[in-house]
Order: sequence, then structure tokens, then C-alpha cells
Amino acid sequence: MTRSSWWTEILTTIAAIVLALIIGAVVMVVSDPDVLDKYAYFFYRPGDALAASGDKIGSAYFALLKGAVGSWGAITQSTSQAAPLILAGLGVALAFRAGLINIGGQGQAIWGAIFAAYIGFGVHLPLVIHVLVALIAGVLGGAIWGGLVGWLKARTGAHEVIVTIMLNYVAIRMLAWLLTTPAFQRPGRTDSISPIVDWTATFARLAGSQLHVGFVLALLAAAAVWWLLERSTLGFALKAVGANPHAAATAGMSVARTTIIVMVLAGALAGLAGVDAALAPSDSGVPVPLSNGIVGDVGFDAVTVALVGRSRPVGVVLAGLLFGALHTGGLGMQGAQTPGTVTDVLQALIVLFVAAPALVTRLLPFLRRRAARSATPESTGALT
Amino acid sequence: MSGERTTAGSLEGSVLEPGRSLETAALRRQRLSVGILISVVGLLLLGLLAATHGTARFALSNAFDPVQLPTVSLPGLPLVLVCGLLCVAAGAGLLTGRLAGRFQTLAGTVGGVGFLVGFLTWAAAGRALPFPVSNQIAQTFAVATPLVLGALAGVLCERAGVINVAIEGQFLVAAQAAAVVGTVTQSIAWAIIAAALAGVGMAALLAVFAIKYRVNQVVLGVVLNLLASGITGFLLDQRFSQSNLNSAPVMSSIAIPGLSKIPFIGPVVFDQNILAYLAGISVPVVWVLLFKTSWGLRVRSVGEHPRAADTVGISVTGMRWSAVLVGGVFAGIGGAFFILAATGHFTRDFTNGSGFIALAAVIMGRWHPGWAALMAIFFGFATELGSQVQTLNTPVPSDFLQMLPYVATVIAVAGLIGRVRPPASDGEPYQKA
Amino acid sequence: MTPDAPEAADSRADESLRLSGITKRFGSLVANSGIDLELRPGEIHCLLGENGAGKSTLMNILYGLLQPDEGQIVVDGVPRVFTGPRNAIDAGIGMVHQHFMLVDVFTVAENMILGREPGTLGLINLRQARRRVTELSQQYGLSVDPDARIENLPVGIQQRVEILKALANDARYLIFDEPTAVLTPQEIEELMRVMRSLRDEGKGVIFITHKLREVRAIADRITVIRRGAVAGVAGPGESEASLAEKMVGHQVSLTVSKQQHEAGDVRLRLSGVTAVAANGSVAVDDLDLEVRGGEILCIAGVQGNGQSELAAALIGTYPLRSGTIMVDGRTVDRFTTKERIDAGLGYVPEDRQHDGFVGSYSVAENLVLNSYHKPPYAQGLALRGGVIRSNARDRVAEFDIRTTSIDTEVAALSGGNQQKVVLARELSRELAVLVASQPTRGVDVGAIEFLHKRLVAERDRGTAVLIISTELDEVAALADRVAVMFRGRIVGIVGPHTSREVLGLMMAGASVEEAMASADVTTEETEGVVT
Repeated sequence: MTRSSWWTEILTTIAAIVLALIIGAVVMVVSDPDVLDKYAYFFYRPGDALAASGDKIGSAYFALLKGAVGSWGAITQSTSQAAPLILAGLGVALAFRAGLINIGGQGQAIWGAIFAAYIGFGVHLPLVIHVLVALIAGVLGGAIWGGLVGWLKARTGAHEVIVTIMLNYVAIRMLAWLLTTPAFQRPGRTDSISPIVDWTATFARLAGSQLHVGFVLALLAAAAVWWLLERSTLGFALKAVGANPHAAATAGMSVARTTIIVMVLAGALAGLAGVDAALAPSDSGVPVPLSNGIVGDVGFDAVTVALVGRSRPVGVVLAGLLFGALHTGGLGMQGAQTPGTVTDVLQALIVLFVAAPALVTRLLPFLRRRAARSATPESTGALT
Repeated sequence: MSGERTTAGSLEGSVLEPGRSLETAALRRQRLSVGILISVVGLLLLGLLAATHGTARFALSNAFDPVQLPTVSLPGLPLVLVCGLLCVAAGAGLLTGRLAGRFQTLAGTVGGVGFLVGFLTWAAAGRALPFPVSNQIAQTFAVATPLVLGALAGVLCERAGVINVAIEGQFLVAAQAAAVVGTVTQSIAWAIIAAALAGVGMAALLAVFAIKYRVNQVVLGVVLNLLASGITGFLLDQRFSQSNLNSAPVMSSIAIPGLSKIPFIGPVVFDQNILAYLAGISVPVVWVLLFKTSWGLRVRSVGEHPRAADTVGISVTGMRWSAVLVGGVFAGIGGAFFILAATGHFTRDFTNGSGFIALAAVIMGRWHPGWAALMAIFFGFATELGSQVQTLNTPVPSDFLQMLPYVATVIAVAGLIGRVRPPASDGEPYQKA
Repeated sequence: MTPDAPEAADSRADESLRLSGITKRFGSLVANSGIDLELRPGEIHCLLGENGAGKSTLMNILYGLLQPDEGQIVVDGVPRVFTGPRNAIDAGIGMVHQHFMLVDVFTVAENMILGREPGTLGLINLRQARRRVTELSQQYGLSVDPDARIENLPVGIQQRVEILKALANDARYLIFDEPTAVLTPQEIEELMRVMRSLRDEGKGVIFITHKLREVRAIADRITVIRRGAVAGVAGPGESEASLAEKMVGHQVSLTVSKQQHEAGDVRLRLSGVTAVAANGSVAVDDLDLEVRGGEILCIAGVQGNGQSELAAALIGTYPLRSGTIMVDGRTVDRFTTKERIDAGLGYVPEDRQHDGFVGSYSVAENLVLNSYHKPPYAQGLALRGGVIRSNARDRVAEFDIRTTSIDTEVAALSGGNQQKVVLARELSRELAVLVASQPTRGVDVGAIEFLHKRLVAERDRGTAVLIISTELDEVAALADRVAVMFRGRIVGIVGPHTSREVLGLMMAGASVEEAMASADVTTEETEGVVT
């Protein structure tokens, strides 16, 4: 990777963010009836409309920024939001590098959360050991669910996209069912919620902040994935299989074995994201109990993180931080006149622009000399 | 450079001179996995014998039907036993490999029907209420309506070589459009038209990024789904929850004069809402479009061998755009269903993965409109069975039945459809020489 | 769409297809530079040139698939600008593509009408389409079944459909792009008959090839292209040597100097090898073969007779249905590819871009593609970058690989240098058997000589060398023995100097005896027959 192409990718990403913010601003103005009303007499008093628009956009983005990085508390909240995104994003990125599209982060994270949470509230162990056991269990849960995909693909050729999408829903239903069983449902409750995880299994956090073990785990995982990809024999085979599976097979690499290993690792990383969801302390200091929405949209968000991070560990960390900050900022906007869900729109737009570098260079012609490459394989092949 | 590069030699594409033929590995795998599946299911049924008591009753009409049919009572234990044995026999027949092609299909069918009848008998045996057969089937068509329409959208896109993972997103955006326009106009027709247009709008996004900017189509689909979820969620929060823009009228069912009076079939098939009829008509329409018109021939040619189409002067991008946009119409109409057949009210992400079931139907239906629709109906049946069985109070959790479409699809792509061939250039962006 | 050109019927003298000053650049690469070419009705004009010389680019420009940067196309006196194939077709130009432009799952009739379907209200009238196919095939004596699916037809018939497709559009100028590559010698004869009859009907034919023999057999005029420019024009009387020199740019020796071989023990033994393709047809059919150390055995045959599958089955990337493969007396057919490589099997795949290297990997990485996991290149799970790079520097020097650096992506190298990377990787370890499939396909002549020398050197080291080639010139230059493969079987094994006619008959399925009987040669002429 040469220096100039690094620059190209950073510039394209910044351009994508700027474009997304612009379109986001337009969406906000257009969707607000109060502001829109002022455009009715735009030609009579254009100042009103422009001031109202500017006010709307300015206050929304200011609230977003303030909510994301406006204080130490906000910043650590952003890192804690970033942790599962980075972890699951690494899982997707690793699979991308091996030519696999892992849409199954959702299901893998759910199993990670189920296993970790169960150890967390169902088993009682001493400090440190408890959290370690819960963590390993969660990783195992994700690894099994991911490995199943790899095994099916290696064994039968079933397309991983279809299998992962379907297994996501199987995992969702399994979680829903488990939460109705006595082993998982909190005693005395009729809704789908589990008991609270023991404090011995809760991730430690820096006092007075949301900076917890989960974020450290995410950084360690990123470092490990970097070493794996760039310095290990497994990474050599993995990338070769991703770039040209036929040549890899002809050179004696086992495409099937590599596929299974990659999906196990990807599942383990997504499982870690689930562990984070189950064991990381919420604002109150206690982890969120297991429920149907425990992992949120982390599996699909992970795809966006991997894309914006160009499937490279450093990129994934940065993209995870970006989207983590966006999420946090969105939560902080509750008081503003613009709903925080605008961040979901911004996130999707950023990814859309990053995924289509040709569009960015078309809109911003000064970037043209530096045509960036897309981070994903161009073709997927039919989904069978 | 570009013209001279050798691309020949990849074995999967090589042409072999015709010679002897043997059973291929794929076919063998398919036969064995079907065999194992049916045998396992049969053994399962035999295992359920211990939990089968009394008679199973099946209601063939519901209370409001014009012609009341009797409730059928069947002896539980013997029927489950027979079904279980049939399944085991069919599975064993497949496993031995002694069955000729036609009998293999027959064995598969026997296995499927045997399992269904056996399972329902077990579920209904000894319960307080009879199993409502007519209700189940009528509701199946209702549940399947958006799935059929979504699957048709998928078939159209993929036949042209564009994978559409964004059916879910198309549903969402179209549903919101239907809710808003339906509320403003208080007209079902305008709501449907608005939904179709919204579906086409999403399709245009898919087309521009997939065809023009050649973004990986699966990743694109995922991102478009997130965009659709984000934008509908944002608009709901910003606009529609405050101002009263979220209560569209709801469709009522239209009984077709004459036909709806036929016993059993009448109330089940010919007393549906307008969208269900539309979905039913759409299936043959799409079939004719794809297989009998020159547009269809061209669409299929760009999905199979775009360069060949290009060399006879067909615009590959043009054909792909048109197929994706036409698909958008169907996906949009499917999205309207979630509003107009339910409460008339949009809530966040309420399509709940239906778009992905439609995608599964496309693949299990082998990229064929008829088969895809049939698969969509099968998935609708499984989903509906989930809710019906819940009312019977059987020990099978409804969550498991709702898993059925997903599990069935995994099993299918893993082994049962080894013989099918997707459009050869499905998912491949096209770049001119 | 271009506006209708004024009819040129009044000036029949103008009737011709003329390319002048065509230039086409791809980035910094000039694929065509100032090429002039003229084609008159009723002639066969050969376009001769090596792989990569720019022939296909020129024809893609003529057919509207590419737009020239400079130059003009004049059809029957009218200058034309083609923005797509439709314009070219409307101007009366038809093309028979090297890789057939046929939709496999469509019928013959559907393929023929694609793009201009008969019918009303958008509904296709298939009956009319079928009738048109029958009419055309009768008119030109090319019989095909209009309802057959393309994927079920043999290659020769598929080509017939491709020709009919061009004729169905009333083409007056026909381009044949490397049409003989996939045909048996007998089928080539048949194709030439068709081309001649088209010429006699007054069509203008451009015939693209890199095979000198074919050019001399059929051309009325010859234009030779080298490195994107016209290197000379010639008549059919010109000698092969002189044509070759024009094509390559310097004198070429078409033979490889090699010592008489001394065959040793059998190092590769195949018995009863059977492999089945995905569609159920038997690609390799109960095949027996032995290759001794210190000999080169060439498998000759027309593409598509199971050679590719045989090669892939040997290295283990294609499933074996039954039979045994023995390397130095060890049975390896249950081995994984990795184990076969460790057992001393070297492999140069037919399609190097597809199977030979990872294009986005550097030269250094590709040179250890099958040994990266072993010492000295790895220590446990960790790669040793320094050792990998020093190995690369040695190999690049030894094999004269022309690259700006060992970190360059292999995809950026020329075909010849890519092939050198593959060969350097395989030959830098101790081999028992080397299987090389089409080792010089798409490689420039300079590199061919080098590659041939290295293959012979490997033989002289005592390795059993199995070469699969569809180029009879290459077979003649390298082989110590020639095995001819047809429909998955070896029909016979003959000596290296067997006449082309006999080989041709065998490639069409005749046994050695039958072939020699009908070719009317005595056994003495074909010395060294082994059966």
C-alpha cells in the first residue's frame, strides 16, 4: 500500500462524509414543516427561509457534535458505542479479505450475547474468572454460528450470503424462544427479559466514565487481526483464497479449510461484539439484561464499518469510532428539534458514497486524478 | 490488451465434446440429502407417536362461510404412523439410489406431503379445538401476498443479472409512501400507486449504484436496507408522528361473485383483498413478460451473457435498468400491503424481514416466477401455521415454526438444489470492452 | 443510430471496407497505431499477428465494441462512426467471435433472433424465427436444429450457429476472430470450405489468426500486425519463414535444440483414470499413461477433449471418479493438492491468470505461493518476509523476469513474464514429475524460446515431463513421444516426427493404424511408433 493511495482513500472518505452531511441537511430541511413553510414566501423574504434552514441544520449538527465528543463523558460514551462496531466490523472485514461476504454478524453476535449473558447470570464464579469464562463462552457461541456457515459453504457450496441472512433470523427466533424458557426468563416476569448479569461478570470501567474493557478488547482484536492478515501464514492463504481461490487451490491451499477457519474467526469476533453487548456496563453501571433487541443492528452496522474501513484493521477502528460517535451524538440529540434517527440516515449515506468512489469523484472533480478502489469484490456471484 | 487477454481455460466454463454421462456429484448429493432429510422427518414422526392421543379434527369451513362443511375427524395414532412410515420408506428409497428419475420426484413429494399431514394430525390430535384448515389456507394467501410480489421483483432483477437484497428496503419505503399518501387522499388506489412509485425510486437507487457505479450488489443491498430503515425512521420521528399523516384506509376483502360461493375453495381463494388478487395476476404476467416477449428474451440474455447481448446491439445497461425498475413496481405494491391490509399505520422496521423471505423464495424458486411464487406461498403457509398452532396449544413453540422458512432455505441452498443454475451473470457488473 | 447512408450502388467501384489510420490507446499502452486495412467483396484477407499484437483490438473497433482515438472507417465509400455493434451490423459487418457470443441456455433460434426479434406487440413469433433459421442453413449448407439448446451442441456446431447469426443480419463483410483454435484439423478444413464459399458468393472475409499454415492455405491477401502497427503486407505465395519474421520482427528458429533423451524409470503412472464433469459427461475416460524420467511426453489434441480436466485431476483440483495416479511408485490419488506438491509434482496450469498466480500478490509472494508455509519461508505461524524477498531476487535474476521490482503486482507483468514467474516457482524445487498445460499460450516469441529451453533442461535433470498442448508446432518441437487424446481417452502414442495429417486424423478419433492407413503413409515414415 503506497502513501498516495492511503491519501486517496482518506480524502475519498472525508468527501463521502461531507457529501452525506450535505444531503442529510437537505433531508432535515425538507422534512421540517416549519422550515418548509418559510420557503413558501422565499422570493418575498428569502432571509427567513435561509435563516430557518441554517438554524435547523446548525443546531442539529451542533447537538450531534456536542453529544458525541462534547465532554469526557460523551467521548467515553462514543468509545463504548464504538467497541461492538469495531469488533463485529473486524469480523466482516476479515471475511471480506477472504472473499466472503459475512452478513451474519447479527446472528453471530446474538449467540455471543446469549452465551455470555447466560454465564453472567446463570453461573456464579469469582471475580475475573467469571468475566473470562463468560467472554470465552460468548466467543465460542459466535464462532460456532459463524463456523456453521463456513462448514456449509466448504462442504456444499451454499452461498454464505444466503446462509448468513437466514441464520440471522434463526438466531433471532432462538433468542426469542429462549427468553420464554425458565432458564432465561427473569422470574416473575412475563415479558422477554433475562435476569441481570452478576457484577463479577460485568466489564470493568474507568470510574466516572464509559471507557470500559470492551473498548480495550476491540483495540486488541484489531491488532491481532492486523498481525494475522499481514504477518502470518494463515493471512497469506486467506488473502490468496480471497483474491483468487483457483490459484490458491492449485498452489495447494485448502480453500475449504480456509473458508471454515475464516468464518470461525469472523463469528468469534462478532461473538465478542455480542459479549460486549451483554457484559458492558450501561450508564447505570449494570449491563443491559438480555432481551430481543440486545445487540441492536450491530451485524448490519458491521458491514458499513468494514466498508468504510476498507476492510483493514486500522480503518475499521477509525470507522467504528466514527459511527460510534454518530450513534452517541444521535442519542444526545433527543432534546433538539431534530430526531436523533437522522444519524441512521447519515451513516447509510456515508457508506453509500464510500462504496461508490466513482460517484464521489464525479461530484467532486478535483479528486478525479486519484481514482480510489472499492473495498469489496466487484462481483458476488449468484446467491445459491 | 483488453481484446487479446485470454480468458479461456477455466474449467467450469469449458466446453466438452459430448461423450458418456454418469450421475454427477451434485445430483448425488442432492439425492442423498433429500433422502436423509425425509428419513429423519419420518423417524421424528414415529417418535411423536408416543405423544399422539385421540382423534384429530380438521375444520373445513369457518363460522361465516356461506356453505358449511363438516369437521373431519381422523384417528390420530394410525395416521401419524402411516405418514411416518411413508416418509421413512420414501427416504430409504432415495438413499439406496435404485429409484429412477421420475420415482425420485415422487418419493420427494410423498415425503413432503407425508410430513405435512403427519405433523398436522399430531398437532390437532386430542386438542380441544379442531385445526382450522380453511382459515389456515385463506390466511396463507394473505400472508404470502407481499412475499409473492417481492419475489417477483427479485426474479425480474436477477434474471437481468442484478442481485436484489434490498427488497426489504423497498417494502419499507413503499409502505411509508402508502401510509402517507393513503392518509392524505383517503384512497386505496392512490396509496398503491404511491407505493409502486416509491418502490421504483428505491429500485432506481439500486440500479444506479449496481449498474453505473458497479458496487458489490449484496453489500449495496445491505446498505440500501439500512438507508431505507434510517430514512423511514427519521421521517416518522420528524414528521408523521406529530402531524396526523399516518392513518391510511384499510382494504376490505372483495368476494368475487359466483366463484366465492364454491364450497371450501370459494371463501379460501376468492374472498381476498385487491392486492392478493393483484399478486395472483402478477405471476402469469411476469412469466409472459420474461418468456414470451422480446423484452424478456433480451432481459434474460443480459443476465446470462451480457457481452453476447452487447454484440448484437442490445443495451446491457438499458435492459438491466428496465428490469430493475419494473421489479420496483412489484416490490412497491408488495410494500403497500403491510399498510393497507393491516392497520393503515406505519411503525419502524415493521416489515420484519419479509423482504429476505422473498429473496429466499427467489432462490428456492429457481429464478422462475411461478416456482418463486409457489415458494413464497409455502413460506406464507409456514408462517401462518406458526400462529395457528399457537392457538391449538401444542408443545411446539411458534418461534420454531416461524424459523421454518429460514431453515428450509438453508437446507435448500446447502443440498437440495444442486441441479439448478442461476442466471450465469447474476451479480456480475458489466463493463464494456 | 447513424442516419441512413446514401446508397453506394451507383458506384460499385467504391464497394469496400477501408480502415485508415486507426489508433487506439489504453492508458499509456498503444494497442493500435495508425493501422490501414482494406477489404474488398469476394476476397479473404488474413490478419496475422502474435498474441497481444493488437488484432482483436482492431476488430473490436471495426465491430463498434471499441471507439478509436484516431482514424476512420469507410464502408462502401461512406465514412462511418460506430458507437456500438448495432451500427456496425447495420453497415453490413458481421463477426464470428473467438469466444462464441451465444447464450448457452437459449435455443439456436432464440440466439439467432436476439436483438431483432420477429413478432407483434412485443410478443415473439418463434415459428417465424425457426423458419428463418431453416432457410439460412439451407442457403449456406450449414445445417443446425433450430430448437437445440446451445449448451448441448458440440463446439463445431456452435461455431456454425455463430456464423449463421452473422449471416442472418445480412452481413457483407465477415470477421472471423481466431476461429480455428477450438477445432480439429478436419473441422478446420470444413471451416475453410465455408469461408471460401462465402467469398465466392461475394462476401468480404477477414480471417484473424496467428497460425502461418492456415494463412497460406486460404488467404488472398495478408496483412501482418506487430506491436499494434502494420508490419507488412504479403500475398499467399510468401514463405512461412518470411511471414514469421514479419510477425515476430526478427529471425526465429522454430525448433528447439535438444539432445537425444535417455528415458529412465517410470515416474508417473496413470491407470484407469476417470473424471466426470459437472454436467455428468465423462471428461477423462478410463485413461492409462506412463511417463518416464528424462522424457517429455506431449499430449496432443483438440481443446475440449478432456486434457484440461486430466491436468487438473493430476494436481488434485478436479475430482477423480476412479483410477490410480502413481508418482515414483507412490499412490497419490487420495492425496490433497498440498501433499501432491510435496510428493514432487510440479504444475504449470493452462490458464495462468485463473489458476497460476494471484494477480494482486507481488512477484515475491507468488514465487512462494505453494511453499510459504514451510521453512525457510515461515517459522511456525509467522511469515519470514526477508527470506521470501531474497528468494524472489534470486529467481528474478535466474529466470530473467522483467519486472520493475519484486514488489510489483504480478497482474501488471506481461504474459511471458507472468509465465516465467509460474515456471520459476515450480522449477525451483526438486521435482519428480512436471505437468505443464499449454505452457506457452499467449506468450511472446522471445519468452517461448526461453520457456522451451527450461522445459528441456528439466527433462535433462531426470524429471518426467508431461506437456499438454493444442499447438502441433509446440508438440513437434518438444516431444520425445506424442500421445493423442480424444474424448477423454488416449487413442494412440506415436513418435515425435509423425506427420501432421496422421496426428490430425488421430485427433479426430482414429486409431494409429486407421490414421496411417487413410493418410496413406507407411510405418517406416513414422519412425518410433509406440502403441
